[in-house]
Amino acid sequence: MKFLVCLSKTPDTTTKIAFKDNNTKFATDGVQWIINPYDEWYALVRAIELKEKDPATIVHLICVGKEDSDPIIRKALALGGDEAIRVNVEGRDSFFVATQIAEVAKKGSYDIVFAGKETIDYNGSSVGGMIAALLDVPFVSLATKFELNGGTATITRLIEGGEESDEVNVPFVVSCQKGVAEQRIPNMKGIMGARTKPLQVVEEVMADALTSFVSFDLPPAKAGVKLVPADNPAELVRLLHEEAKLI
Amino acid sequence: MSVLVFLDHAEGKIKKTSLEALSYGADLALMLGLSVNGVLLGTVSDDLGELGKFGAKKIYQLAKDALNQLDVQQYVRLLAEIVKSLDAKVIIFSNNVSGKALAPGLSAKLKAGLVSGAVKLPDISNGFVVKKSVFSGKAFANVAIKTEIKIIALNPNSYKISEKGGSASVEGLAIEDGMPRTKVVATTKASGEVPLTEAEIVVSGGRGLKGPENWGMIEELAHLLHAATACSRPVADAHWRPHNEHVGQTGIAIAPNLYIAIGISGAIQHLAGVNRSKVIVVINKDPEAPFFKAADYGIVGDAFEVVPGIIEAVKHLHSTS
Ligand SMILES: Cc1cc2nc3c(=O)[nH]c(=O)nc-3n(C[C@H](O)[C@H](O)[C@H](O)COP(=O)(O)OP(=O)(O)OC[C@H]3O[C@@H](n4cnc5c(N)ncnc54)[C@H](O)[C@@H]3O)c2cc1C
Repeated sequence: MKFLVCLSKTPDTTTKIAFKDNNTKFATDGVQWIINPYDEWYALVRAIELKEKDPATIVHLICVGKEDSDPIIRKALALGGDEAIRVNVEGRDSFFVATQIAEVAKKGSYDIVFAGKETIDYNGSSVGGMIAALLDVPFVSLATKFELNGGTATITRLIEGGEESDEVNVPFVVSCQKGVAEQRIPNMKGIMGARTKPLQVVEEVMADALTSFVSFDLPPAKAGVKLVPADNPAELVRLLHEEAKLI
Repeated sequence: MSVLVFLDHAEGKIKKTSLEALSYGADLALMLGLSVNGVLLGTVSDDLGELGKFGAKKIYQLAKDALNQLDVQQYVRLLAEIVKSLDAKVIIFSNNVSGKALAPGLSAKLKAGLVSGAVKLPDISNGFVVKKSVFSGKAFANVAIKTEIKIIALNPNSYKISEKGGSASVEGLAIEDGMPRTKVVATTKASGEVPLTEAEIVVSGGRGLKGPENWGMIEELAHLLHAATACSRPVADAHWRPHNEHVGQTGIAIAPNLYIAIGISGAIQHLAGVNRSKVIVVINKDPEAPFFKAADYGIVGDAFEVVPGIIEAVKHLHSTS
C-alpha cells in the first residue's frame, strides 16, 4: 500500500488572531506554526499505525508551501513518514492547493490519500473532497474510525445524530478527525532520522484560484457578563426566559 | 438561470439545516432577480410541494431509493450534471456533514468557486463576496468568488428559516445513477436526543464535573430544554463522554442560540468552537475562569448545587407556562 498524507501549516491554537494592512492580511508576526492538528493527530498518525502493522506500506507526505513549511514537514517525518514532497508555492485557495496535490497523487499512484477534516485557520473542509473529485475516486469524509484489510477499508464517519460505517476499496481519499487515532510525540530516534529522510521539492503546476480573500473582521466584543447570585438559579432561568427569550 | 439548493435528508425527512439553506437561497435569489429551486437525490416521506412555502419554485428529484445512502463520488457526478442541465448559477449547501462531503467535489468538478462556512448573504455591491467564519470562529473572512458558477455552504444555525408562502412543483429527473463505490455496512445512533450541530440549545460539561457518573444532571437539563449535550476535550479524551460530543477548535464547531457551559474553564481552544453561540451562560466556581469574559450570563458557584437549582426552576417554568 502506498499512502499520501496531506499536511497544512497552521498557526498554533493559542495564537491571538489579528489582521494588518487594513484588515486584508492575517498578522503573522510572532506566530508559532504547527502542523494542522487534524492532519497530524489523526490523518498522519493513522497512516503511521497502518504502516506499523504492515511494514511494506509506504507513507509519503505532501505539503503545498514555501521553505517556511520545512520545519513542520520535518516534524511529520520524525513522527514516521518515509519521504516528503513539497510543492514550492504559497497556496492561493483550496482549489489551487487541491490541484497541486492531485497532480502529485496522480503521478505517484497512491492507494489512499489522507487529509484532515479541515484546517484550523480557514476551516474550509474542502481540500480532501476536491482531490477526490479531481482524481475521480471515492471520498469518505469526517472519519472517526479507519480499518484497512487488504485493499478494502471500513471507515466509520460522523453523520448527524450518529455514525455510519462504510466499506470502500482503494484508491480513495479520506478526511480524518478525532477517534481515528491519538496524538503522538516524536521520539529522539524519529527526530534524528527525520533529518536525512528525503524531502523533495517540486514546482507548481498551472492552476486557477477560484476564490480570493478580500478582507477579515473580528467578531464584535461581548457587552459583558451579567452575573446572577449562586443562591438564586431561578433568576437565571427567568432572564433566559423573559430577557433572552431562549427557553 | 437559477439558484439551486441541495436538499439533504435522513430517515425520510428533509433536514432542518436544508430549510435554512433554502431560506438563504430564496433571499439570495430575490437579490439576484432569479428563482430558487431545490434538488433532492433519493426519496423522502415529506411532502416536497410544501417546500414552496420557503420560497422554492421547483423541486427536482431523482427518486431512487438507492440514493438514500450518500456515495460522494456518484452524488458529485449527478449534481454536476444537474447543475449544468438546469443552468444553475449559485448552488447552496448546508455546511453540515453532507455539505462538507459534497460541496468541495462539486466545486472541483465544475471549477466553480466555493465558500464553505458562510454566515451571511453575499455582498453583491462589488463582485460576489461571502462572509465566512475562520480561525475556528475567532474571526470572519470576506471571500470573493470569481467564477461564473458559485457554490456556498452555509454554516448550520447561521440563517433563520423563513416562510414566504407558496407551493412548489415537483419534477422528476431522469439521469442514470451508477453503482455506488462506497457501501454502508452499519449505522449507529448517538445517545443524545438532539443532534449537536442542529441543536438550538446545547448543555455542555467540563472537567469541573469530576467524573462521568455526574452527567445525570447535565442530561436532565438538556432533556428539559430540548437541548443537545456537549463536552470539553479532556472530558472526551478521558472517555467520560463520547468523542462526538467534543466541541472546540479540534472538535465540533457549533453556533447554537444558547450554550450553557458547566465546569468548563473557557480555554482559547474551547472558546474557538463555541464563541459564535448567540448567548453563552457560564457556571463555574472560579470567578477568575476565562469563560466569564466570553459569557452573557453567569453564575459563580458550585455546579453540584447550582445545576439542580436550575433544573427545579425550569420545571417550575414549564409547569406555569
Ligand atoms: C492544540 C490544542 C487543541 C485543543 N482543542 C480543544 C478543543 O477543541 N476543545 C476543548 O474543549 N479543549 C481543547 N484543548 C484543551 C484546552 O486547552 C483546555 O485544556 C480544555 O478546554 C480544558 O477543559 P475543561 O475546561 O473541561 O477543564 P479545566 O481547564 O480543568 O477546567 C475545569 C473548570 O471547572 C471548574 N470547576 C471545578 N469544579 C467545579 C464545580 N464543582 N462547579 C463549577 N465549576 C467547577 C474549574 O474552576 C475550571 O474552570 C486543546 C488544547 C490544545 C493544546
